[in-house]
Amino acid sequence: MAKPPVSIPELVAQFGPSLNRIPATGWNAEVEPDRIVQTHCCFCGQQCGIQLKVKDNRVIGFEPWEDFPFNEGRLCPKGVKRYMQDEHPDRLKAPMVRKDGTGFVPVSWNEALEKVASEIRRIQQAYGNDAFALLGGASLTNEKAYLMGKFARVAVKTANIDYNGRLCMVSAGAASKKIFGIDRSANPWSDIPLSQAILVAGANVAECAPITTHYLWQARENGAKLIVMDPRMTPIARNADLYIPVRSGGDIGVFNGMLHIMIQRGWIDREFIAQHTTGWEQVEETVRKYTPEYAARIAGVPASMIVKAAEIWGPASTSFLLHARGIEHHSKGVLNCMAAINLVVATGRIGREGCGYAMITGQGNGQGGREQGQKCDQLPGGRDIENPEHRKYIASVWGVPEESIPHKGLSMVPIFEAIHAGKIKGLLAISCNPMVSLPNNSFIREACEKLEFFAQVDFFLSETARYADVVLAGSLMEEDEGTTTNVEGRVIHHKKAVNPPGDARADWKIICEIAGRLGYAEKFKYESPKEIFDELRVASKGGVSDYYGITWERIDREKGVFWPCPSPEHPGTPRLYEGNKFNHPDGKAHFQAVEWKPAAEETDSEYPIILTTGRVVSHYLSGTQTRRIGALVDQYPQPVCEIHPLLAGKLGISEGDFVKVESRRGGVTVRANVVKTIRPDTVFVPYHWPLDRAANNMTVRAIDPISNIPEYKICAVRVSKVPAPHDAIAELEMQAGGVR
Amino acid sequence: MNGNGGMEFFIDHSRCIGCRACMQACEECDTHRGVSMIHLETIMRAESVQTAPQVCMHCEDPICAQVCPADAIKKTPEGVVLSSLKPRCIGCSNCVLACPFGVPKYKAEINQMMKCDMCYDRTSIGKRPMCATVCPSGALTFTTRENIERTRQGVAIREWQFAGETVRTKVNVLVPRSVHRIDVSIEQIGRTTTDEYDVANLLKGD
Repeated sequence: MAKPPVSIPELVAQFGPSLNRIPATGWNAEVEPDRIVQTHCCFCGQQCGIQLKVKDNRVIGFEPWEDFPFNEGRLCPKGVKRYMQDEHPDRLKAPMVRKDGTGFVPVSWNEALEKVASEIRRIQQAYGNDAFALLGGASLTNEKAYLMGKFARVAVKTANIDYNGRLCMVSAGAASKKIFGIDRSANPWSDIPLSQAILVAGANVAECAPITTHYLWQARENGAKLIVMDPRMTPIARNADLYIPVRSGGDIGVFNGMLHIMIQRGWIDREFIAQHTTGWEQVEETVRKYTPEYAARIAGVPASMIVKAAEIWGPASTSFLLHARGIEHHSKGVLNCMAAINLVVATGRIGREGCGYAMITGQGNGQGGREQGQKCDQLPGGRDIENPEHRKYIASVWGVPEESIPHKGLSMVPIFEAIHAGKIKGLLAISCNPMVSLPNNSFIREACEKLEFFAQVDFFLSETARYADVVLAGSLMEEDEGTTTNVEGRVIHHKKAVNPPGDARADWKIICEIAGRLGYAEKFKYESPKEIFDELRVASKGGVSDYYGITWERIDREKGVFWPCPSPEHPGTPRLYEGNKFNHPDGKAHFQAVEWKPAAEETDSEYPIILTTGRVVSHYLSGTQTRRIGALVDQYPQPVCEIHPLLAGKLGISEGDFVKVESRRGGVTVRANVVKTIRPDTVFVPYHWPLDRAANNMTVRAIDPISNIPEYKICAVRVSKVPAPHDAIAELEMQAGGVR
Repeated sequence: MNGNGGMEFFIDHSRCIGCRACMQACEECDTHRGVSMIHLETIMRAESVQTAPQVCMHCEDPICAQVCPADAIKKTPEGVVLSSLKPRCIGCSNCVLACPFGVPKYKAEINQMMKCDMCYDRTSIGKRPMCATVCPSGALTFTTRENIERTRQGVAIREWQFAGETVRTKVNVLVPRSVHRIDVSIEQIGRTTTDEYDVANLLKGD
């Protein structure tokens, strides 16, 4: 029975999101902290170093950590204000069960955990093991991500576990694996300023990875030329040497068009291609028809821009590609990334100083979260769940028969499709909020309502947890200890600053408790996250993402260690592919010929406008944390629809008007923000809000066939002026989904 | 001129990404916790994403102090122009009107002017100001002049011409090498429009 027990406004009144505006000790500077904890930001994949001030088991403020090499004290507004999520009035402090008509009522841990375990058993006995699914997240530490994968395969014995990194990094990862055999950014960020040509494809760096801005600007100070591809003129695009306002989904036009020109003008490294790659002939054949004019039609930009991009990228002595969700969130996301990376391989500019590429991982542990086995097709160490050798090794680490490990399960969106179809009946989720973050949100809500049992581990009652039968009060990043792996592949150490409040528990303890009640206590006998990490090290040994030589002590001493690090004596690997050694069995890089194809839903006469979605600088993902921090909400209180004045004029829309943006699947009513900084055929709505303000009401439930990432960056909508809404949801506070 | 072991404050407006980390961090500074002293101007959002941070420029001869009838605005030996002294400030707002950079703000709730003091509590003990420490783009930087000359293409200047008046400041701005002084003309200040950043124009091609 997975429906909210009382109305949404009633739940909001009790559990928020409400705003924390004042530090735990007030705005009083006289209070001296007991301790300063050197740790990391809990938000995006940059994982900036930060020092938290702690007094009496409360986080009371922060101080920049200038000695941490990645960010040298730099922070974005989210990092500055992240400490305001502590001591928050909305914080869940006890496990709760749903009581129809009453709400959520606190219960003992024993009752909550027993209910979860008995429902897992009941559903699996009635419908089979795979009828119970698990969802993890890329904001979990490596230790917790590893634990979730093991919990699924050893204790729950379900094939169906996946994670919200599926909504974020998987296209990039799949493309990198196909071409180089490793899913990781190829270079540390320190290579960026040493590069002479930089291509930023589909990455709003200033808002989604703000710290990276300094690296880009430093490259420009050193004489680099910067190319930015984006349908919106983002803050870094304003000062780029070449800004290409590419049509969403038209990126392959730019990449293949550039390669076409580079071949024509001799700006490729034929010696490197001959010695260190395979598949070039097919690429050369494919891009032959991508003349600047042909490419320009796909990209939706003037041909001269593509020529100029090739003229910057082609002859450069060093170069660096950065790509992110703008090219990855497509039903051809893997193709987009491969076409971009082909530009790197064709020039042979990889594996040395100032030469290479990176995917700008979006979530806190976006990198590590996708290596430790919480993906539906993966075992720890980045291993393949269908590879007999890999299965055998992990079975030996876990001390279970190889045949007891389930095979490949469903990924995130197909899990919800299976729930909707009645095939999956139970769900346990942690670190994700599908009711905001998944596409075609009304379908996801319908699916949630069909579950026979749903449990969520959460620190705040997220929009998804409202649908739960049992809510397990878990831990914030600073209430537990563990490691994450940042955007560069640098494994770093999150220190514990405070204990979880009230009766809340560390996430890993909750998972181990459930495993125990399912009869597997001896396989989950950890005294601390460090013991989980030590098992993870062994489990990853010999895998692609080999952490065996990394210890917490080394991380502290060396301010992070880059994987692969196969032995304690190994220095770690900041830069991959040195000496042109690639990770396929033949040691070569494998070009992938890429042909453009249309999006799942292109515009038509009924829905004539492209909608693209994304983030804003003061919010993070589904907003469960940032929509509770007053200073961040003030900065960007509610979603708006960015629309070009030419399009707005045609539709009779002025700045600040209420508009309805709607697709075939649903819509939002928000205010219009009329700006010249977006393509006139495209509108933009950021996605951090729920309910009638959820951009994902409109997005299309289409996924990339290889990576299974949803197509968040393009669908067809219409936009019209509407009166101010005054329904119960509209009247909520803006952070809860209201509109003003 | 240089206090703080040769460390100086530099602003590079071209680097600013409008993220407001500076404002969020400014209000975490111990001497005025809860109140942000730095201003971030969104220039013309309909036309562009350009933004510009504004700290106190710490004039050599601060006009805010000159026009203060209560002698409430003091300059330190290092050249930092402090916020108003609470016992002296009468809230008259002369400084608010006189400052050519628009920095001082009158806070009615405490009947006092408050402004950026270059994090004097931090800089006087060898720390960097909050805003220039956290700024993720390097638009605000607190470092040595040598370091700036080594790592930036622009040139750091601190001389401004407001009509007939020359103003020299402690805070530097980074400008193209051809510029030696910033001439602020009144005509520039009115609202103008620009098509420079109009994506529709860019799409027309050449």
